[in-house]
Amino acid sequence: MKRLQLSQGGGGEEMDSLIRDLFYRHFSNDILLLSEDAAVLEINGKIAFTTDSYTVTPLFFNGGDIGKIAVAGTLNDLAMMGARPLYLSCAFIIEEGLSYEVLERIVLSMKDELSHSGAKIVCGDTKVVPKGSVDQLFINTSGIGEIVLEGLSAHNIQEDDIIIVSRDIGTHGATILASREGIDLESALCSDCATLWPAVEALIGENIGIRAMRDATRGGVAAVLNEWAVASDVCIEIEEQTVEVCDEVRGICELLGMEPFEFANEGTFILAIHPSDAKRAIEILHRFNMCANASIIGKVTRHKAKRVILKSPWGSSRYLERPKGELLPRIC
Amino acid sequence: MCLSIPSKIVEIDEDNMATVDTMGVRRKVSLDLMSDEAAIGDYVLIHIGFAMGKIDHEDALESLKVYEQMIIAMDEEERKALIDQDDHCSNRSL
Amino acid sequence: MQDDKALFDIFRHPQTIRALSHKIHQEALKLSQPLKIMEVCGGHTHTIMKYGLKQLLPQMIEFIHGPGCPVCIMPKERIDQAIALARMSDTILLTLGDMIRVPGSQSSLVQERANGYDIRPLYSPMDALKIARENPTKNVIFFAIGFETTTPMTAAVILRADQENLHNLYFHINHVLVPPAVCAIMDDSQNRIDAFIGPSHVSVITGSQIYEPIAKRYGTPVVVSGFEPVDVMEGILKIIGQKNENRSEVEVQYSRAVTQGGNHKAQAMIDETMSVRENFRWRGLGDIAHSALRLRDEYAHFDAEVVFSQVLSYEPIDDHKLCICGSILKGLAKPIECTVFGTACTPNSPLGSCMVSSEGSCNAYYRYGSAL
Repeated sequence: MKRLQLSQGGGGEEMDSLIRDLFYRHFSNDILLLSEDAAVLEINGKIAFTTDSYTVTPLFFNGGDIGKIAVAGTLNDLAMMGARPLYLSCAFIIEEGLSYEVLERIVLSMKDELSHSGAKIVCGDTKVVPKGSVDQLFINTSGIGEIVLEGLSAHNIQEDDIIIVSRDIGTHGATILASREGIDLESALCSDCATLWPAVEALIGENIGIRAMRDATRGGVAAVLNEWAVASDVCIEIEEQTVEVCDEVRGICELLGMEPFEFANEGTFILAIHPSDAKRAIEILHRFNMCANASIIGKVTRHKAKRVILKSPWGSSRYLERPKGELLPRIC
Repeated sequence: MCLSIPSKIVEIDEDNMATVDTMGVRRKVSLDLMSDEAAIGDYVLIHIGFAMGKIDHEDALESLKVYEQMIIAMDEEERKALIDQDDHCSNRSL
Repeated sequence: MQDDKALFDIFRHPQTIRALSHKIHQEALKLSQPLKIMEVCGGHTHTIMKYGLKQLLPQMIEFIHGPGCPVCIMPKERIDQAIALARMSDTILLTLGDMIRVPGSQSSLVQERANGYDIRPLYSPMDALKIARENPTKNVIFFAIGFETTTPMTAAVILRADQENLHNLYFHINHVLVPPAVCAIMDDSQNRIDAFIGPSHVSVITGSQIYEPIAKRYGTPVVVSGFEPVDVMEGILKIIGQKNENRSEVEVQYSRAVTQGGNHKAQAMIDETMSVRENFRWRGLGDIAHSALRLRDEYAHFDAEVVFSQVLSYEPIDDHKLCICGSILKGLAKPIECTVFGTACTPNSPLGSCMVSSEGSCNAYYRYGSAL
């Protein structure tokens, strides 16, 4: 089996051929192939710029892999700011001995994910580090997008705004947890990992009054809603039974004593929408497979500023807190 | 203390282990602590990787009947209370 | 509806919870005085807070959160012991869930893991066998915690280790018992507890029989209830029923899983491997006689407290001066009455035992909000 060697990150001939045979071949575009020290980009107007590093164990999981997340995650961060994703940088930090075939599968998956938005990888970097320095493979991507809708902000949310979630929550976190060594859970669970731009583009195209959007990645829905409540100094009231959670995610939560609100998502976003546009926003979202069960989950009030309240169908309520610490199972 | 979730036995494996299903999530658990013979289709309580007892499904369904009666009784009372309220409504012109 | 989902949904059904709330309000009208109910078990505290059940009950009913969180009641000196064991060379220390977060006198297991020691949280104690087999040159030590529910799992692993002749697996036993702790609280002259919600899964193992002496001795109803919101509400209804009829009996609401005699096989396995300690110091409650278990002498070669006694200190270490966990665990105070609650003491940097685990009452108050 072909394995990555230290020399392939060394700057010499071996590295050149790795870049040519793998990265240029699959990510091929005019700017990248110029192979200059920096990519030269033509952009008009305001841009959004973001960066993120991706580490995930296992590298491949049901519904995705580290490459798919590295592309979708950064593109989603741009989309959440109302920006059409254009360009990405991509840096691989590879542990010596990683199988070439694994790396190629990941690169192909990135290529496939890019096709959902039309964004291009225009520059990159490759390092191969001694065994044990990283866990198989880390990927960093930075992204640039042109702002199509200005003014989206976590600070922008107002009383009576409607809160929408784009699908059932928690599948990515639950999928990763289930595949973690030592838990050994089997299920048909599938990560929600997806590029959200097509749905966002449709919402913007139909002039939906969006105040804020955020993809509910690490920290899950609980983290996003709390950040919003604090940033906009409002109260967010959620009707718990309207938040969809699939059976398997519920099962994992029951087994380990965890909350679906705290699980990471990789293709689920939350929207704060002007009340008069909420219904229309749902109709638009429902056109997309990845948002097929988008629903209204609550609204913004002045009840308790800076807090998120979960309301039960039997008339009681409680605060939804931000997740804290390492996600450990409740045994007791 | 002590989280424990009803799960269904879907497979009996070797070494006194079983595969259980909790809402579509499957895992292997030990049957070392089971007093009675465990069979496929039984509902058991799982705690940290062990089945610790069976759940009496019939008993749960009995509870359900009691609760259903309780809901009907409550609805009936609320209906009466509403009629009562209505009867005492001062604005009502007969 | 699928059967297994039905088993959840029956006991979380919104209309049923409303109907029980309605019925409790009616029955509570007959009570002559306010009713203080202790839910012994942290799992019940969690259910009450998570589902907001207090909001569905009349003012007459007050919850007093009991000592039933095995992580919370672990005294600092025993956490220090776990740390001392983990710091030995060629050692892997295993424990369960959020025990690794709980601070001892200087450090916690999470911190020690960051310092490079091999400390692993387990999902099942069974994994201890596998880890011991895979690491024959290391001492693998299971820091075993929990009430009667979790004890038989440790016993099962010990018996398997014995059968397999595993020579590198050891156990640091911290298994504690519910009845002595309840008696210690009731014997405290200041307490005013009128009734108990009995633990769900402790009772699956022990049977409801273990509460008979408590109901008799203190004249308090004990209703063993399940962990779902409907279970807890029905348990409360049964307690009010007993009070109104002037009864004080052990009653089982959680009859789908609990019998009077419990799981005999599990009881026999505990008895085979463990015996009652003379004394155990509980965090917050202090010394309680005959309230915990140890390994029997026949299994001393598995006992980390025997084999590694040279690294273990038993010097008691008290909680922070401002912490009132002792009073909270006895039901004499509420978390919000503590001056450091939510300020100097939070789940991220807990001063006292009740804040450390998600089962602890301070933690549950902090998490689910006390002032809604």
